[in-house]
Amino acid sequence: MKRLNRDQLAARVARDIPEGAYVNLGIGLPTQVANHLPEEREIFLHSENGLLGMGPAPAKGEEDEDLINAGKQPVTLLAGGAYFHHGDSFAMMRGGHLDICVLGAFQVSAEGDLANWHTGEPDAIPAVGGAMDLAIGARRVFVMMEHVTKKGEAKIVQRCTYPLTAMKCVDRIYTDLAVIDVTPRGLEVLEMVEGLDFDELQRLTAVPLVKRKETAGS
Amino acid sequence: MIDKTVGSIEAAIADIGDGATIMIGGFGNAGMPAELIDALIARSARDLTIVNNNAGNAESGLAALLKTKRVKKIICSFPRQTDSWVFDGLYRTGELELELVPQGNLACRIEAAGAGLGAIFTPTGYGTSLADGKETREIDGRNYVLELPIHADYAFIKADKGDRWGNLTYRKAARNFGPIMARAARCTIAQVREVVPLGTLDPEVIVTPGIFVKRVVATGKRQ
Repeated sequence: MKRLNRDQLAARVARDIPEGAYVNLGIGLPTQVANHLPEEREIFLHSENGLLGMGPAPAKGEEDEDLINAGKQPVTLLAGGAYFHHGDSFAMMRGGHLDICVLGAFQVSAEGDLANWHTGEPDAIPAVGGAMDLAIGARRVFVMMEHVTKKGEAKIVQRCTYPLTAMKCVDRIYTDLAVIDVTPRGLEVLEMVEGLDFDELQRLTAVPLVKRKETAGS
Repeated sequence: MIDKTVGSIEAAIADIGDGATIMIGGFGNAGMPAELIDALIARSARDLTIVNNNAGNAESGLAALLKTKRVKKIICSFPRQTDSWVFDGLYRTGELELELVPQGNLACRIEAAGAGLGAIFTPTGYGTSLADGKETREIDGRNYVLELPIHADYAFIKADKGDRWGNLTYRKAARNFGPIMARAARCTIAQVREVVPLGTLDPEVIVTPGIFVKRVVATGKRQ
């Protein structure tokens, strides 16, 4: 099968972000989605530290210490962009004004519970940032992650064993193997990578998957 | 004549004593009031509680303050960073208490204090370990956690321009927690790049009105 690399996964998520969407891309892998947004679409990128209309990284030498993203890397502001304080920024999240957020994950449960902020190990230093606010606040929550861990363990699970970020919040899961919707009828497979069949995908997933309605029985 | 400007950074913080709760603006280094923090390090106040989004980077600013071991507790959302070794060490040895708060709850608890609210019901954190033991309520079919306001004795704010009445403007994303912390503290101290004559700031672009600010101190030029 042809597993997606991280760049291809970011490109796949970017395809589903429509013109006019207000979007927050989480720290880490989700940040790469910005590199793949089609130039002809106007998409508003939100950064939790008080930016809307966030642009790409500045040219070398043009960095401004007062203009950074949530990952504290230098960014730019597009024409039409705006600055605001933290109260406004988190009202945008919590108040349901963001159309989409894209987050990484340790685990996602069959019901769409998300675990992405803390491993829960005793010596780990916890840090949550805006993850919990994004997960409960954005109208649609996209998760992007490897389908299984480096050790081959399933990351899509019946119940999360890592500490939860939020309950029943994930709408869609993009992995290096498949695109899966969290629906009332279960985890519905929308797409699989070339050379992968449903039974093999099911074998790599700890909870029962269902085929997309249109293709059911095919 | 009302003049909230103070001649020196040292004078601006001279009354801060043991046990004070201090909000410090900034998100990482953007908006961090480094000169005010350095002045606080030079004083002897101990048993401090600090409210900030992070817990310091590398060896300067907030990290340097933590290193003095005069901070007993930090309330923040994201202490762990690649260069947060000062915090990491103090946390692991139990020398620094951490209250970890989701960033939006940190913001709205600060806002609640400034707005005079007794508490807020927030959906953030419901069903997670950060809501353990807290009161919850279902309102219109959605679950919320009761969170209490965070008040402070002082707020350290980095603004761009200020005038003698305490009106402030900010620069780019250095604004972040400044305007909401300014409202939540009993005594807000703003370090500004530039003090400008009264009437120079366009009333349409003043972000923090002077009522929320007690002291203004210039770190750059003074007109």
